[in-house]
Amino acid sequence: MSKAGILNAIRRGLRRGPLPEDQAAMLRGRLERHPRQLIPARSRLPRAEQIDLFVANVEKEFGTVARVADASDVPAAVADYVAAQNLPGVLVMAPHPELRAIDWSVRPLLEIREGRAEGTDVVSVQQGFAAIAETGTLMLPSAAERPTTLNILTDTAIVVLRASRVVGAYEDAWDLLRSDIGVMPRNVMLVTGPSRSADIEQTLELGAHGPRRLHVVLVDQ
Amino acid sequence: MHVATSSAFKENAHRALGDAGLQRALARSGTSFIARRAAAVANLPEFEQLRDTARDIKNHTLANLDFYLEAYEAKVLAAGGQVHWCADADAARAAVLEICETAGARTVTKGKSMIGEELAINEHLERHGIEPVETDLGEYIIQLRHETPSHIIAPAFHLNMEDWEETFRKSHIDLPADRVFAERRDILTEARDKLRSRFLAADVGITGANFLIAETGSSVIVTNEGNGDLTQTLPRVHIVLASIEKMVPTIEDCTSLLRVLARSATGQDFSVYTTFSTGPRRVGDLDGPEEYHVVLVDNGRSAMIGTEFQEMLRCIRCAACLNHCPVYGAVGGHAYGWVYPGPMGAVLTPSLIGVKQAGHLPNASTFCGKCESVCPVRIPLPKLMRHWREREFERHLGPASVRWNLGVWGFVARRPVLYRMVTRAAALGLGWLGRKRGRFSRMPLARGWTDARDLPAPEGDTFFARYAREQRSRVPS
Repeated sequence: MSKAGILNAIRRGLRRGPLPEDQAAMLRGRLERHPRQLIPARSRLPRAEQIDLFVANVEKEFGTVARVADASDVPAAVADYVAAQNLPGVLVMAPHPELRAIDWSVRPLLEIREGRAEGTDVVSVQQGFAAIAETGTLMLPSAAERPTTLNILTDTAIVVLRASRVVGAYEDAWDLLRSDIGVMPRNVMLVTGPSRSADIEQTLELGAHGPRRLHVVLVDQ
Repeated sequence: MHVATSSAFKENAHRALGDAGLQRALARSGTSFIARRAAAVANLPEFEQLRDTARDIKNHTLANLDFYLEAYEAKVLAAGGQVHWCADADAARAAVLEICETAGARTVTKGKSMIGEELAINEHLERHGIEPVETDLGEYIIQLRHETPSHIIAPAFHLNMEDWEETFRKSHIDLPADRVFAERRDILTEARDKLRSRFLAADVGITGANFLIAETGSSVIVTNEGNGDLTQTLPRVHIVLASIEKMVPTIEDCTSLLRVLARSATGQDFSVYTTFSTGPRRVGDLDGPEEYHVVLVDNGRSAMIGTEFQEMLRCIRCAACLNHCPVYGAVGGHAYGWVYPGPMGAVLTPSLIGVKQAGHLPNASTFCGKCESVCPVRIPLPKLMRHWREREFERHLGPASVRWNLGVWGFVARRPVLYRMVTRAAALGLGWLGRKRGRFSRMPLARGWTDARDLPAPEGDTFFARYAREQRSRVPS
């Protein structure tokens, strides 16, 4: 059994046997407490400025943001965005209760299918779970109502996010995840801007395998 | 395993220096990573403290690695995943193959994985009738060209735009021959179109892992392209290839390391996609793999624990040491002859394939110390290279002439009076010989220097003598 072999080799190197119970208990305690390490000061800001920092960082990373007053404005923001980008108004959308609660019929030209993204889908609409001002990063955990393929498979990814879900540091977002969801979801994506690659002559170029465009609809209310 | 040519470093390096295309690529690429890292670091006042934090987290983990590996395994199992413990490359290759064969896999998509390179997993799968498809853009062209990566985060570091165009034209023969590659974007778009169907058709997806988290049983990958996410989300089976030192205790610990990783690597504040995967598809999920396997590889790491090379296991593979290294910048990655080039490779490669094979690598250093000064986990790379030099010397692995000269130098250097006499005689003698031209264009025993440039003739006395004189002439305060 190579597991025992590997563990024994490690212990030989550390010049000890299995960790004594008191030390193991200490480490288990550390895992349960998951203490925070040093957190950069840059995101420790008043609420409004935190949101501004998030928006500025998304834009710095070549994403776009539309701010709307409340959820009823979302269909118009989405429709206007796809029209401005010259994209078809055909959306694959997360079956999320907050997105379902929106009256999409106000923009009848939008054709919406709920579910996961397939290879033929062009524009996706995801419900954002949280966002991190520190680097303009979206936190998108997987769930039945939040399929992962919506984050990654389409040409254009639109994320609807309540402004109240913008936090300062990554650690704040992890705390939200622990308190709201509890167990670690199967997949948690931290997304910062649209897909890119620096593999050709070490020059960052947008439009690699993931979405070429990332658009955030930020709902203030 | 890839046949290592590290023992031929001198010949490799010589060839690399004469390769005009490579030299052009190195000249262009070298500076961009350095400038971007510097800008990112300047933008984060806490960066130096974060390096200490990162080092401490890794040290703590390594000191308790057995505990954290077992805690991690328990969490993976609880999430419905499987862990395959593999002592060496053979065991790891067999584990991957068995998972693929059980899944009835015909094609396998792959995210970039250095441990995958170390295992030469592609060749192994091909030999057994399974087609591996590299999906990272750099790895993709390397696979098309039947080459190996020359850089640990930018596999195609050694290629120029015309190489990309030539390879794409030669490989994608179904596309119109008169299509135009006007800019880099055209290359990217063609690769995206080509790989789309491969992503959707693959039976198994193999990714590496930047981190494994004991708290949650998660594997973490960091990419800019999104290829890793398509690789681990779309196929029915996801295999994570990870070596044991990727372990970190908690999500918070991982977060701290992520803060230094992208900044040190590409100079981004954060990579585009940082993804935490924990087990297979859950009840009600509409996507994600049905099977989640972690192939956990030792392959020489555990033997480094408790030795002077344990510190190397802190490495998070950011490549800052490669990017800042004058030797890497002169010869590129292939000259190092195995998977890991640059300063980190000069320390790691002898540990993994033996100092007998890779003894040249720790010698390929100017000891300028730049690598250590940028390492996000503060690995004392020059010190570790020196340890390898000592071992090489102790084990009589170097050529006799080098050993003899080192012996003479050591004898003189340990006798200060003798050392000063010899250096004084040399300085005065050479100064007299070169008094007319002020430099030498040829010099016995120093042809390596004078073949490429002149050696300035010493002017005046030795440093010691001058220093003593200036100390004496100082006005006492």
